[in-house]
Amino acid sequence: MKKDKWKTYGQLFLTMLKIGAFTFGGGYAMIALLENEFIAKKEWIKKEEFLNMVAIAESTPGPIAINSATYIGYKIGGVFGSVIATLGMVLPSFTIIFIISLFFDRFLSLTYVGYAFKGIQVCVIYLIVTAGIKLLKEMEKSVWNVIIALSVFLAMILCSVFAVQFSSIFYILISGVVGLLVYGIVRLKKKGDEDS
Amino acid sequence: MIYLELFLSFLKIGAFTFGGGYAMISIIRETVLAHGWMTESELLNFIAVAESTPGPIAVNMATFVGASQGGFVGSLLATIGVVLPSFIIILIVAALISNLLKYKGVNAFLGGIRPCIVAMILATAVTLGLSTLFSFHSIGDALLPDGKGIIIFLILLAIHFGYRLISKKRVSPILMILLSAVLGIFLYA
Repeated sequence: MKKDKWKTYGQLFLTMLKIGAFTFGGGYAMIALLENEFIAKKEWIKKEEFLNMVAIAESTPGPIAINSATYIGYKIGGVFGSVIATLGMVLPSFTIIFIISLFFDRFLSLTYVGYAFKGIQVCVIYLIVTAGIKLLKEMEKSVWNVIIALSVFLAMILCSVFAVQFSSIFYILISGVVGLLVYGIVRLKKKGDEDS
Repeated sequence: MIYLELFLSFLKIGAFTFGGGYAMISIIRETVLAHGWMTESELLNFIAVAESTPGPIAVNMATFVGASQGGFVGSLLATIGVVLPSFIIILIVAALISNLLKYKGVNAFLGGIRPCIVAMILATAVTLGLSTLFSFHSIGDALLPDGKGIIIFLILLAIHFGYRLISKKRVSPILMILLSAVLGIFLYA
């Protein structure tokens, strides 16, 4: 029995290590891999539980990969399982990036690499623009969503143009509170309509 | 004390970035620029590296900045810092409130954050575009367009939308990074 437990921890760690080492392209690509490993292959987690996990991982702060690993680890092996799973998920990128950091400056100082990265910097802007446009298309275009998005967009651009420091954290918190207020108002109004 | 500063800065990034991926860029950018840990172009270089290597961008960024500012210990502390908030929050949610999203208040709060994140990504893209392609940082700067950069940007957009017309899919980001590297060498050399 005890031996089985350690075997499960070992499998959990190795599976997360594998997923951590092969997920390019961020959170959503990884969710497909997790689903394949933990539902289809190992049947460690039920489909319903998994979908709940994805929704929670998306809705709580932090990278989706880390959130999913911690959640699945906990469900399979308790607190120790969540430590093992999170460690497995982080270790590959930590190792790879640490090694890259040792050489990156020297690599960039090569003349042609420098030119290549001038092009790549433009590409990163393209990637961010298209990621933003994609999310904008998917966003529900309700009045309040549009108001929040437009206000935050303009406020950020203006702060940046006029070199005013205003942390993004405040935008997030304020928008969340606006979301709560809107919900409260809508509910009160509904109640008022029902009463009258 | 650089170790503590790294740990706390990335703890904050880990605790306040909803949505993953590019949603984190604006907070990461503010943090590394404010501390002088990276310049804007170094940041862009590294985002490309993070995009081409496995792992979440925030974790990659923490490891890289930590290593550049504080060696191995620095990278370890920054990485632990960025992971810790999610770890603790998810543990609490998984153990105690796995029906978190059934609460209407939680959903209302998240509903407010969602459009905010879309706007943050787009605003960051505009700011980065202005500073990289036009050398414009804040009011008073003249607009100095970088013609070659703008050409590369337009080529990438054309390919993006052209490919979408044919196959409805996105071109792989890594392919686009490779292509822009080639274009960079051709145009700037």
